[in-house]
Amino acid sequence: MPINVEFAGREYPPQAAYEVSREKIREFAVAVGATHPAHTDPSAAQALGYPDVIATPTFAVLVAQRAEAQLIEDPAAGIDFGRVVHAEERFVHHRPIHAGDRLVTVLHVDSVVERAGLAMVTTRAEIADDAGTPVATVISTLAVRGVDE
Amino acid sequence: MTAARPELSGLEVGQEIGRRTIAVERGTLVRYAGAGGDFNPIHYNDVVARGVGLPGVIAHGMFTMGAAIELVADWAGDPGAILEYGVRFTRPVPVPNPGAARIEVTGVIGALDPDAGTARIDLAVEFEGAKVLGKAQAVVRLR
Repeated sequence: MPINVEFAGREYPPQAAYEVSREKIREFAVAVGATHPAHTDPSAAQALGYPDVIATPTFAVLVAQRAEAQLIEDPAAGIDFGRVVHAEERFVHHRPIHAGDRLVTVLHVDSVVERAGLAMVTTRAEIADDAGTPVATVISTLAVRGVDE
Repeated sequence: MTAARPELSGLEVGQEIGRRTIAVERGTLVRYAGAGGDFNPIHYNDVVARGVGLPGVIAHGMFTMGAAIELVADWAGDPGAILEYGVRFTRPVPVPNPGAARIEVTGVIGALDPDAGTARIDLAVEFEGAKVLGKAQAVVRLR
């Protein structure tokens, strides 16, 4: 079995906050080819009503994957990372992430479904600011192959 | 960037919002690996990639996802207006060395919700004529 199915429904507690910097927002924006000045110029972001530069739409993966590592690296889950393929990803932004945010994530294992030697594991990272206000929800589905026949 | 921002009332379902080509080189992947914190060797090492049955180094799915949405962010005029964005990873994008893989992105209005003040943009994201992202959809807040 590529993953312990009993992990469905599990919740991992929040870890240390992820501190969002202007430079990380800029670095990630450049890496995906994002050129909107709201990612690099605080005054351009403020003109759109944001307190500081804002992250690109998939930046939250950085925050979510820290939380997801708790499951992937949990020996009891039994996931062989060499057999993992990313199947689906979805972001829901309750508000844009901006520089200065201190983000706290709670990871939920929403489902573990097995079929034909493949396990589909869906996690949901609920990301909030340090006041507890929801910022983003990141839903990720990994396909884990079983041992080859 | 200074173009007028789209208004919901002026849009129709089926209308194309634009298209662009994303050129992906090995260096693009190295940069994304560092920025995105994804150091899986299938994205930089041909030997490892072939060892797991791939034709060679492939692009990070999250790179393709992150790069494709920029068409929508630029069209909307405000990257923070993208409220939701989801994709399925349907096919890997092999990245040659030397050279570049060219990913073609086209955006079309999929649905309009005047009550919510949002538009759904459906993205077609293809490499060599085949879809690499499935059900790629973004919900954007407009005026």
